[in-house]
Amino acid sequence: MNFLSIFDVIGPNMIGPSSSHTAGAVAIALLARKMYGQPIKKVTFTLYGSFAKTYRGHGTDKALLGGTLGFHTDDERIRDAFEIANKMGVEYHFIPDEETVTNHPNTADIFFEDEDGHTLFVRGESIGGGKMKIVRINNIDVEFTGEYSTLIVQQVDKPGVVAHITQCLSLHNINIAFMRLFREDKGTTAFTVVESDQPIPRDILQYIKINPNVQDLMLIEM
Amino acid sequence: MDFYNGQALLDLCEKENILISAAMKEREVTMGTLTGEEVDAKLVTVLEIMRNSSHRPIEKPGKSIGGLIGGEAKMVNEYGKTAQSIAGSMLSKAISYSMAVLEVNASMGLIVAAPTAGSSGVVPGVLMALQEEKNLTDDDLYKGLLNASAIGYILMRNASVSGAEAGCQAEVGAASAMAASAIVEIMGGTPKQCLTAAVLAMSNLLGLVCDPIAGLVESPCQSRNAIGVANAITSAELAMAGVTHPIPFDEMAEAMYRVGKSLPFELRETAMGGCAGTPTGCALGCAICGK
Repeated sequence: MNFLSIFDVIGPNMIGPSSSHTAGAVAIALLARKMYGQPIKKVTFTLYGSFAKTYRGHGTDKALLGGTLGFHTDDERIRDAFEIANKMGVEYHFIPDEETVTNHPNTADIFFEDEDGHTLFVRGESIGGGKMKIVRINNIDVEFTGEYSTLIVQQVDKPGVVAHITQCLSLHNINIAFMRLFREDKGTTAFTVVESDQPIPRDILQYIKINPNVQDLMLIEM
Repeated sequence: MDFYNGQALLDLCEKENILISAAMKEREVTMGTLTGEEVDAKLVTVLEIMRNSSHRPIEKPGKSIGGLIGGEAKMVNEYGKTAQSIAGSMLSKAISYSMAVLEVNASMGLIVAAPTAGSSGVVPGVLMALQEEKNLTDDDLYKGLLNASAIGYILMRNASVSGAEAGCQAEVGAASAMAASAIVEIMGGTPKQCLTAAVLAMSNLLGLVCDPIAGLVESPCQSRNAIGVANAITSAELAMAGVTHPIPFDEMAEAMYRVGKSLPFELRETAMGGCAGTPTGCALGCAICGK
């Protein structure tokens, strides 16, 4: 069991009204923004299950949009997320989908796109108490929480890529807390997710990129 | 240094001759990632948010997103100041502050989940009123927060504080147990009396269902927080007077969890039973969600 801190009990400090429907939604979107790593131009949110049914009353829409604008769960600007996004020229859409059954009742998809063709699809689940996990990137099922420094490598599923990643980490003296490989089909695209409880330095990315089978890199700093 | 249940917490307090607040802080510093100074700094922020959220709607009421609540805290606070007030100053202030926090929460304002957003009014309601009535310092309240978090931690670990899992008894019930224990420590009671107050508080709300109208954290959540406050104050008063409860804390925590698990799912935050399931509750749900 994870250590329960004083501030897991008396906390989180959050914008209401619901830790799962509001704070968890902010956390999913904030993490998705960090993964995208591009200026936000256009974002489409699809809401499932309980999110689809009650998103207006819980402010889940403002929470998701606020998270993609970079607001944390305790940021009072979340309430004004629509106005702020309009001022910044961010285009946003919400699609409530009550038909599709997802694994978890509080699930949201976030799809970023811009005119240069940078796109990213992220699916997150708000699992209670403001906690969440990312369960899909593009079309590949993954699982991580963003509670650690996280490195996500998109790669061709070929021998030697994981060895290359671990070697780069080892040379930078990074201790791996968790590491998992996710893939759709053998030999196609895969994601390696590395979580560390120490900061992963950004300059490590240039070394990992050297391997020709590495397609894309995302670093989520703490 | 860690403790996994109420008995271990009591044993530790007795062996080290410390209060529950000190045991909880020691646990955090030795087992967690924060230093003592970082804990203190975070407590300052927590108390500041609690103070703001328990007072703002009394000065400046506003409507909730769902429109089911808004303005009640001010009404109760003002009535409490009149000669007709039934509750008296301490209780009237405490319930109005707790209701204020729920108004802030329901209008997308900043609150501290304690232990959840739906039960976020109980602990600040009690602490803020106690500070005013008993001329307490902020340091007294930090001890109360630490004490409350010890009770909440054990319930999170060994039972549940989730309405979806175990009903309102797990949310407002846990918050009420936390607040009751905090009052006892602040008022000079022993760790044993703290746990007695927590047991009394839990046992009084055993079986309370989670039935939010329209699925929103508004009604009956707001007045349930007021009841959580009244229950905490009553339980603390009993414990300080020397009243005991035959069931030990850890057995009561388990009983609460078992009762919660045996609640039908309609009564666990699904907005299908209880207040939400009445014809009027359903009609309000349809009106708010637009179906």
